[in-house]
Amino acid sequence: MYISREDPDYPERLRLLPGMPKGLYVKGSLPDSGPSAAIVGARKCTVYGHKQAYAFGHYLASRGVQIISGMALGIDGYAQEGALDAGGKTFAVLGCGVDCCYPRSNRPLYNRIPEKGGILSELPEGTAPYAHFFPARNRIISALADLVLVIEAAEQSGSLITADFALEQGRTVYALPGRVGDRLSDGCNRLIYQGAGIAVSAEAVYEDLMSLYEGKTLSGRSFGQTSPPPIRKKRSVRKADTSSPSHTPQTKTEPAFAQPQREIADPLSRSILNLFRNETILSVDELSDRLSLSPAELAPRLVELSILGYLEEYGRNRFALRTAPL
Amino acid sequence: MVNIIYSAAIRGIDVRPVRVETDVSDGLPSFIMVGDLSQQVKEAENRVKTAFRNSDITLPPKRITVNLAPADFLKSGSRFDLPIALTILASIGLIEAALLKNTLAVGELGLDGRIAPVNGVLSIAGKARDLGIDLLIVPEKNLGEAQALSGIRAVGASSLSDLMEKLKHPGSPDTAAAPRDLPALNDYREDFRDIHGQEAVKRASVIAVAGFHNLLLIGPPGSGKTMLAKRIPSILPPLSMEESLEISSIYSIAGLLPEHVPLLTTRPFRAPHHTVTMHALAGGGSIPRPGEVTLAHRGVLFLDELPEFQRQTLEVLRQPLETRSITLSRASGTYTFPANFLLLAAMNPCPCGHYPDMNRCTCSSREISRYMHRISRPLLDRIDLCVDAPAVSYAELKSRRPEQSSAEIRSLVQAAHLIQRERFRGSGIRFNSEIPPAAISQYCVMDSQSEKLLKDAFDRMKLSARGYHRIIRTARTVADLDGSREIRIPHISEAICYRSADSKYWRI
Repeated sequence: MYISREDPDYPERLRLLPGMPKGLYVKGSLPDSGPSAAIVGARKCTVYGHKQAYAFGHYLASRGVQIISGMALGIDGYAQEGALDAGGKTFAVLGCGVDCCYPRSNRPLYNRIPEKGGILSELPEGTAPYAHFFPARNRIISALADLVLVIEAAEQSGSLITADFALEQGRTVYALPGRVGDRLSDGCNRLIYQGAGIAVSAEAVYEDLMSLYEGKTLSGRSFGQTSPPPIRKKRSVRKADTSSPSHTPQTKTEPAFAQPQREIADPLSRSILNLFRNETILSVDELSDRLSLSPAELAPRLVELSILGYLEEYGRNRFALRTAPL
Repeated sequence: MVNIIYSAAIRGIDVRPVRVETDVSDGLPSFIMVGDLSQQVKEAENRVKTAFRNSDITLPPKRITVNLAPADFLKSGSRFDLPIALTILASIGLIEAALLKNTLAVGELGLDGRIAPVNGVLSIAGKARDLGIDLLIVPEKNLGEAQALSGIRAVGASSLSDLMEKLKHPGSPDTAAAPRDLPALNDYREDFRDIHGQEAVKRASVIAVAGFHNLLLIGPPGSGKTMLAKRIPSILPPLSMEESLEISSIYSIAGLLPEHVPLLTTRPFRAPHHTVTMHALAGGGSIPRPGEVTLAHRGVLFLDELPEFQRQTLEVLRQPLETRSITLSRASGTYTFPANFLLLAAMNPCPCGHYPDMNRCTCSSREISRYMHRISRPLLDRIDLCVDAPAVSYAELKSRRPEQSSAEIRSLVQAAHLIQRERFRGSGIRFNSEIPPAAISQYCVMDSQSEKLLKDAFDRMKLSARGYHRIIRTARTVADLDGSREIRIPHISEAICYRSADSKYWRI
């Protein structure tokens, strides 16, 4: 399906901006005027990024936010998977024709997304994914969103291109903070340094997004300048943020899903779970070293905890706390 | 008058008896050899003639005809020199013709009359015993091999004149072949005790060795994958006499049996470099010689840097891993070699080797996925255990915690082997890894809790159906190591932890 700029269905957000495509090819539907957020990030991400992308996507989508992303490997895909699992709407903007599933390994996502959301592209059907199409599609991702959340990005990554577009288009940028020195958090931390919002929790991002969205619709109705929303601009003064207590997010920094809160009686299992308070991911080896237990003794606990839904296996012999709902 | 002695030809790893018949008659002096001979065998004429002259033996000017029967297959190799010489000597009356009756001889002659060693004497001796041969004549250097078997008399000689001397007193020297036991060999230079940390990897290798499961180690460079692999032979259970004969015969034919060591006492550990060709791995040549898979029979085939091997070469492993033998077809016939080995493979998780350490890994996700996919799925499906070898921390390296020694581990492994031998008595199966799917319910009895656990794990941990049997087989081995008749929860759990690359996790 092709929606031209003249079509009433053409997204209002794009119509208002210069440099947007004359029309969009769509599989499924187009995002409506409701609140929307883009979640983007590295293809090769860490487990931390994977979990947070999924959690943010899931939480925001469950509150009715439309999740825009690029269906790439890594962060993009995980955020959209989270949104789909929450039963929400998500939209993928591709750097190839909408009839082409790229990357191929995201075929399950490609099939699920159009059920509620849609797959969009400015490129005609049959266009193959060439590298030079991708930076251009990033401008559509940011333009379709009210807020762009960067989950993990190294310095000089494609996600930062999206953030740049977002700022040019007047969109708010949020970044997920990471440890200083982690390569994949460098880009995000730098964005925060430059004045991007800090994604301390999905709830906080959601509230900011909603006040932003409501402010926009209000001003859109030309009711005069009623309480401008806290839009953070590039290199804005950071002190302004910290000094406004009205906007400090809830202290809760739990991931968007509560852990399955059944109490665990077994002390060994409890001490295993306790180790995950300070580490995202631990290998069987590290666990056996810290608890002074042989892998043979650990294995039954790890499998039991995985089956009960506390832990999840990542890669080979590595475990992390489970964030996805059961 | 025709004189006849037995000799042997080797085709693949089979020994075929050959009758060497020589007729010396009046006529124009000539030397004729018939019987479908290769160039190597035809050259025997000149070697024999010259060796005679240099041993002060005069060939009469007569017509000499040599036939190697049966004449319907190609004979090659140099081991027919000695039997040809012996039949001629009998024909011209320099040794007693009766001596050659029911005798088998092999050996290569030098121009000076020296008898040089040949390959395959151990297998030939085995065949000779089966045929009921009375006396075996071999080069001096091969005497050890010939005597390794009980029940056959053997004479070893270093030169033609030496041999003629020895044959003058038949039944006297060198002939008492005492049945021997294998010397117990526990002397390994590398010990498991040297490996600090790496608990999961060590445990997985014990399980692998105990049940003869194939094992894949994945880890960054310098994490000790190769170091561990080198120590695997030290925990392999000792060879039985029967096994030793089997693999020593193969090595004898391949000419790899070390001098003075008639029987191998340790299991083979073959580590071909990743540039190895398909033919070197499978066995090559118009009459194929045993390849690496056969040389690793009853031992370990270690493939370091697995993705660096040519894909075509790796696919060769599929048949041997399935049927535990390899069948090679050539114009000259079809040859089946045994190839029952433990496949031990090691690889980096990505081209730079540091994935999933994102701060160090410089590969793109596409590069990583391409690297992982160099290993084909059918090959992965034949690997039971897969374990990550993490980089070792300094604290672990320096730790003085006593580690299990190879001898301790070996006794554990041996106990597990005994249980398996008992269990599979008469079924043709040797190890848990060989249990066919149909027999799993018979051999792998689980208690009800374990069955529930396995079912739950399948639903929750998204295990692939292909992995199902592998997990149960591995659990069987874990239970054996534990000395348990039934497979219980800890056993199943451990097997799940070390399960091989599920498609879900193989994708990065």
